[in-house]
Amino acid sequence: MTTPLEHDYIGLSETPTAEVSLENMSETNKNYVLNLKETELRLGLPGSVSPERKPGNVVPFFGNVLEDVKVGSFKNFGSGAKRGFSDAIHGSGKWAFSTKSDAEVDLAKASVEEASVYGNTLKPVEENKRSPQNENAAAPASKAQVVGWPPIKSFRKNTLATSVSKNADAVEGNSTSGCIYVKVSMDGAPYLRKVDLKTCGNYSELSSALENMFSCFTIGQCTSKGLPEREGLSASRLMDLVHGSEYVLTYEDKDGDWMLVGDVPWNMFTDSCKRLRIMKGSEAIGLAPRAMEKCQSRN
Amino acid sequence: MDPVRKRTKDSFKSCDSTHLAPFPDEVLEKVLSLVKSHKDRSSVSLVCKDWYNADRWSRGKIFIGNCYSVSPEIVARRFPNIRSVTLKGKPRFSDFNLVPQNWGADIHSWLVVFARVYPFLEELRLKRMVVSDESLEFLANSFPGFKVLSLLSCDGFSTDGLKAIATHCKNLTELDIQENGIDDLGGGWLSCFPETFVSLEVLNFASLNSDVTFDALERLVNRCKTLRVLKVNKHISLDQLQKLLLRAPQLMEVGTGSFQQELVPRQFSELETAFKSCKNLHTISGLWEASSVYLPVIYPACVNLTYLNLSYATLQSDELSKLLPNCSNLRRLWVLDTVEDKGLEAVGSSCPLLEELRVFPADPFDQDMVHGVTESGFVAVSNGCRKLHYVLYFCRQMTNAAVATIVKNCPDFTHFRLCIMNPGQPDYLTSEPMDEAFGAVVKTCTKLQRLAVSGLLTDRTFEYIGKYAKNLETLSVAFAGSSDWGMQSVMEGCPRLRKLEIRDCPFGNAALLSGLDKYESMRSLWMSACNVTMNGCRLLAKNMPRLNVEVIKDDESDDNEADKVYVYRTVVGPRRDAPPFVLTL
Repeated sequence: MTTPLEHDYIGLSETPTAEVSLENMSETNKNYVLNLKETELRLGLPGSVSPERKPGNVVPFFGNVLEDVKVGSFKNFGSGAKRGFSDAIHGSGKWAFSTKSDAEVDLAKASVEEASVYGNTLKPVEENKRSPQNENAAAPASKAQVVGWPPIKSFRKNTLATSVSKNADAVEGNSTSGCIYVKVSMDGAPYLRKVDLKTCGNYSELSSALENMFSCFTIGQCTSKGLPEREGLSASRLMDLVHGSEYVLTYEDKDGDWMLVGDVPWNMFTDSCKRLRIMKGSEAIGLAPRAMEKCQSRN
Repeated sequence: MDPVRKRTKDSFKSCDSTHLAPFPDEVLEKVLSLVKSHKDRSSVSLVCKDWYNADRWSRGKIFIGNCYSVSPEIVARRFPNIRSVTLKGKPRFSDFNLVPQNWGADIHSWLVVFARVYPFLEELRLKRMVVSDESLEFLANSFPGFKVLSLLSCDGFSTDGLKAIATHCKNLTELDIQENGIDDLGGGWLSCFPETFVSLEVLNFASLNSDVTFDALERLVNRCKTLRVLKVNKHISLDQLQKLLLRAPQLMEVGTGSFQQELVPRQFSELETAFKSCKNLHTISGLWEASSVYLPVIYPACVNLTYLNLSYATLQSDELSKLLPNCSNLRRLWVLDTVEDKGLEAVGSSCPLLEELRVFPADPFDQDMVHGVTESGFVAVSNGCRKLHYVLYFCRQMTNAAVATIVKNCPDFTHFRLCIMNPGQPDYLTSEPMDEAFGAVVKTCTKLQRLAVSGLLTDRTFEYIGKYAKNLETLSVAFAGSSDWGMQSVMEGCPRLRKLEIRDCPFGNAALLSGLDKYESMRSLWMSACNVTMNGCRLLAKNMPRLNVEVIKDDESDDNEADKVYVYRTVVGPRRDAPPFVLTL
């Protein structure tokens, strides 16, 4: 019995000595395997080496084709079944890459709509949804996904996307000991950071932690005390904002509203803060009054 | 008694030699009214004209599996006394985005007819239908006795439509909104239930995304003393849940909100007490973001649980292993594959009465994942749970030998849905196709009604299915088969086949046409990304006038390819609401 032909469609095999019988593959496939290694999507920070795959764990996209299956029928399989796939390889104009990075539900919705328009075309948008920490998100070709596969309903996909990423955050931060890692974005910065609110005992420590991370700005607005002197504080902040030159630290609370950092006691803040955003001062006008309303309604 | 009846026939009729049953019609109707299953009812109506009429007049519930197989006018003409309607619309693959928007299955034309003919309509259960806010408002205002609204995987409406239902349906007992693609404009709809409204028995808004006013919910739960099912969404916190449970200890099914909140010990024990006080609780779901810290609050309730849905809780294996020994009476369990094989071993050892297991993938698109479940988890469950008959299993590796062992342990499978997530993946140990696995399933599980196959499969799998799966009614196939012969084997075997859905397989016109004699006995056939052409479809349509052969055209494909084909039997001919991209041949 001849060895099975291994048709490796997207160069998923990471082991450099993979037994890919190149001589039996079609030209396009060959090129594909050779070129796509470079653009292969990996999870991890730039410069890290992804772990070696266990031998035998190599999973060619469409599996082995045994000798008793006619080559012709395999081609059949290719032309019929993977019409969308080859479209994706050759028709790069269809890679509508959504740039929304927050609101995973929105993103998933967008992917749902796009999918229905493109039918069988592969869509990379799914990729983006689950790789907020993936710096290599710009290489769609190697991790192409098929529309509607695996067969999971949209509602479940959307829900799990949010809770899996939340849990990933928690697991990273040893959640059992109560770390609170939240994402910090800064307008204009090329990537986000994460900060553990538990290690900062108060606002000024948070301020310095963030200062260290994004050293090109200052957060002077946070109070060192936990207790707010609301009116005075907001007024002075408002004055700063009006001048528009400073950055302002804001956070998204449990209700999904964007609040100004510093209004509420530190503990209440860590309880309700979901993520941080360092906003350009000019954009943050209008937050301060709302922050006051919220505080008042909490009493 | 029944205000809608317009019977003119005599109650007593003389029996002549052609009649088999000499009882008065009223007796016959009374007897038949005890026949509940719609399949049995269908059989009853075929016996003779008397029985047909008796069924006609006494039928209160109607089930229509494909809304385009019949028209509302025909239904209205045949059944004058309908109180409960169940309607299903789009093909199932629309759940996975394979059906474009605006395909059809709009409920409105049905509602218009129902409003005219069934003013006493009480129940409407819809699956994969398009429902607009206008339709919901129309519904709320047209049927004064309306009681049950169940919308599963529907789309087209917003929470405004729910406002109309809450406001106007004074006798509502069930509001069940599941997994719909709707516009969530806010939680204000719940506050629209008037203070005088007390009849609610089932409330499920677990899949809605926005906050409802907790105060309104608490008052609603407090005054609806017959509430037995309450499934809230993830905006309800643990301490809010505790308050709700205190108000409704009679609950039988609870869907919790978010299970992640920092609780002080007092709150923890209060919550535990609340769960303990629900003596009739047999189902728990929700448990979003459930962490091991708070899961123990449900332990006191676990001993009575028959259904536990953990499919939104990313539990690890040790968390599940601690939870399950409390759940010895479990019949149905849904989990995420984060529990891994070790968690499934706990299932096998703790839940001997288990009948249904569903394992969903937590991260279905991450091909780098080395986690999830494998064949050994499944085998472990089959070893311990010999009564297992329904399984849905998403995994990344499987072997023929494992599946053979599984069905040997559990030969009573009625539903076997295995999804090896990498399309066309072979047995990872032997590198062979997974043909023998599914062969074992169909040979051993003679009661098999539903099968979903995956992995690398040749025509051999389909030969097995055609030959052995005598009770098979639903078959789902993706990325499988080698030639037309595969599908042909199924079409020539499987005497009970009703629904066949196929995607990305090398089946062409010969395969499509091999089912010529079969399609009229089936509900529907779906074939997408196969090798069927327009000519093949035209030939089918020409030969079978009582089928609708619809092709959904993809813009980018060439003119002769039939990208998505949907074939179904119908008594009303081509549908008049088909959008431009649907061609009825």
